[in-house]
Order: sequence, then structure tokens, then C-alpha cells
Amino acid sequence: MNTQKKELAVAALENGTVIDRIPSEHLFKVVALLDLDKFTNSITIGNNLSSQKIGKKGIIKVADYFFKEEEINKIALIAPEAKINIIRDYRVVEKHTVTLDETLHGIVRCCNPKCISNNEPMETVFHVTQKNPVKVTCHYCGHSMQGDDITVC
Amino acid sequence: MKRESLVSINDFSKEEIIDLLEKAKGFEANPNRRVLEGKVIATLFFEPSTRTRLSFETAVNRLGGRIIGFSDAATTSSSKGESLKDTIMMVSNYVDLIIMRHYLEGAARYASEVSSVPIINAGDGANQHPSQTMLDLYSIYKTQGTLENLNITMVGDLKYGRTVHSLLQAMSHFHPTFHFVAPDELKMPQEYKTFCDEHGIPYYEHTEFSEEVINEADILYMTRVQRERFTDLMEYEKVKNVYILHNSMLRNSKPNLRVLHPLPRVNEIAYDVDNNPKAYYFQQAKNGLYARQAIICKVLGIDAD
Ligand SMILES: [Zn+2]
Repeated sequence: MNTQKKELAVAALENGTVIDRIPSEHLFKVVALLDLDKFTNSITIGNNLSSQKIGKKGIIKVADYFFKEEEINKIALIAPEAKINIIRDYRVVEKHTVTLDETLHGIVRCCNPKCISNNEPMETVFHVTQKNPVKVTCHYCGHSMQGDDITVC
Repeated sequence: MKRESLVSINDFSKEEIIDLLEKAKGFEANPNRRVLEGKVIATLFFEPSTRTRLSFETAVNRLGGRIIGFSDAATTSSSKGESLKDTIMMVSNYVDLIIMRHYLEGAARYASEVSSVPIINAGDGANQHPSQTMLDLYSIYKTQGTLENLNITMVGDLKYGRTVHSLLQAMSHFHPTFHFVAPDELKMPQEYKTFCDEHGIPYYEHTEFSEEVINEADILYMTRVQRERFTDLMEYEKVKNVYILHNSMLRNSKPNLRVLHPLPRVNEIAYDVDNNPKAYYFQQAKNGLYARQAIICKVLGIDAD
């Protein structure tokens, strides 16, 4: 009963993708990373919903769209626990988790103000040197970052 | 077509480093060879560095190549807001090789990705300066007859000094023992100590610059302790005279000891050291010419023998 109620908190989806278990503080960063602001599909966003796993969570439902793996993996850095549900005809037909790629293109911003990537119109590149907790190293200036130092573009 | 760029000393394997040292030796024996005849080489110095630029340009001239370029970004289109990419794309249309220095870290790596000709990094901010490392290695090799099993003592600013970081990484192939002599504020960063641990390299840290440490050393690598590196100026006042080498401190040092310094020095080596045969920093700078000749030929795939 209880679970049914919760699911009603965000409108049901006929076909499309549900991205669940996004940390609330990163919900809008996920929106930006996936370029959802440029979509014309109908999108439902819920935030500050309670989650046993991660405290406060956000959820995004995108109608009639199925993300490619490399597209959705972009969010692994800020929503490592995210659950991706593929919905067809109101039913969950597939469930995925996200995995962090070894190289991140255009996702993280370098915290070194003297890095070339902060001074040229170019895509940033980071190598993931450690997964838990995540540690990344700038491909250009070699700066390493972890925790709160890691900010998305 | 992209050939081989040199952005970081880590781009070279141990075998390549040894090969370059042998090549540098060959150029020292005979520096004038016209192997760059018909080639045009750009020296793009977005940040001025007369010393490095003259060394590279001499290397090119002695190999018979021609040079275009600039020595200061103020005179170039980048001062009008042109991106690095656009400058590199334009220049790589004209030349066979680009030697560049830039004030931003990672600039050379990025340039090597957009350029159609090889890039040699002549320094990118606080990041990398691989030709300096090659000339340091060549100086050590020449004076010690080997790079293996040496005691390398680094003194001064070990936190921000990129030359010591690159030298540390390059020497890791050759079973060194390191001594790090620095004030607390300028200690060797943890990432390089971790690097030593991972490579099984013993190292010892000292805050005191004592004769005991000097007497064990094969190479004494001195660096500048700069005032602007200190957050606490009281601390600077306390340590500014502690990391200065005086001739008297060398009296019981090993006969094979040589004193290196990337230059320019300020006051960290007293002038009375200059006449000591163990002072090697001026020859070290001269070795830069041969090391750079070897690097230029390597990235262009030219066999000078
Ligand atoms: Zn960077």
C-alpha cells in the first residue's frame, strides 16, 4: 500500500524513462547534465521525496525517451545510486544502475584557475583514478580533486 | 599527420630516456650538424623566458633549422583574444615543429591534441618542463657516469618546485634514494611521497640543512625559496637563511658530489661555492643545449648519427 502511494507522488508514465534515487541537492545538476532543459518531451520532476536509501531524493520521468548508456552514465558522478527504469505500457520492463566511466568528457570543471581548460573554449577531460570515494585527475593540468571539490560544468 | 610530441617527462619510457642521454652525448661531441636543413621551427613563448628560448633557438640553429615565432604574448594575436587553439592551428600550417611555453597549466597537452605537427613543451605554468628534466638527467649522468643507485638530495622549495617533481618522477626508473630538505611550509607534497612508496623508493625528510645530509649526497639539487610562496611571512623570515649553501658546508662531502640548480639563483647558493669544482650549475645550463638537440631530433624522428 505504502509503496503505491509513493509512486503516485509523481505522475505515471506510459512509455519512457524514470531516473530514481537522485540525491536532492544534485537534481538540477542532473537535469543540466542530461540537457533536459532542451527537451520537448513531457518531463515530470519531483524533488525532496523521502528515500530510505539516500535520505531526500529526486526523481525525473521523461516520456518517450530512452537514454543511451554513455548519456546516462554521465550522472554517475553526482548520482552514483541512481536507478534507471525503462517503462513500456506503464510497466517497468528494464532496470539499470549507472556506472562511472574511466574518462569523463565535459562533465567536471577543473578547480585549478590556471588550468588551460578554464581559459579556452574547450571540453574538459578527467580521468577517474579512484571510484569510492571518487577521485578525478585533470587530463590537462594534472590537478586531482575529490569530494566537494568536484563540481560539474 | 601527428608525430611524437613531448609534453611531460612521463611521456618517455626508461629506454627512451637512456637513448636521449646517449644522443645528447653525441651532440655534445659534435653540436653542429645540419640535420634540420630545410625545416622551419616555431618558438611560441606566450610567457617570456629568455633563458629557455635562447637555449632552444641555439639548438635549432646549430642543427641548421630556421626559426619563426615570438618571445612575448603581448606582441601576438593572443593579446587580442585569439584562442590558443586558433594560434596553434595557424602556426602548425607553416612549420615542422612547435616549441612552446605558456603561463597556463596543461596548455602544451591541449596544443598537442589540436596541432598537426609535434609540440615540445618548454614549460606550462607550474606544470611540466620536460627539457629541463632532460638536462638535469644528462648532468647527473655525465657527472656520475650512471643514473643508477644515486643519493639525490633536494633542497629548498619542494612544494611548488616543478623541476624537483619532474626530476623525482624521471629518476624513479633508476633506484635512487631521496633526501628532501625543506621548511614545513614547502615540504614535498604527499602525492610525490606516495609515488615514491608505490615505486619502492626510499626517501627521508629533513627540515634542517645539515652537513650530515650533504656528506651522504651524490647530487645536491638546490632550488629557490621564494617569499611569495609563504602564507606566513614570519615563517619566511625564520627560514630564508636556513636553506643557503655555503662553500664551507661542502668540506666533507663526497668527491663525486655535484651541486645542481635550475637557475636563476637568488641567494640560495653563496657566491663562494662557484669556484668549488663541485659546483656544476653553469655547466648544467650548457648541457641544456645538447639535451634539447636530442629532444628536437627525437620528436621529428630524425636520426642524427
Ligand atoms: Zn586542470
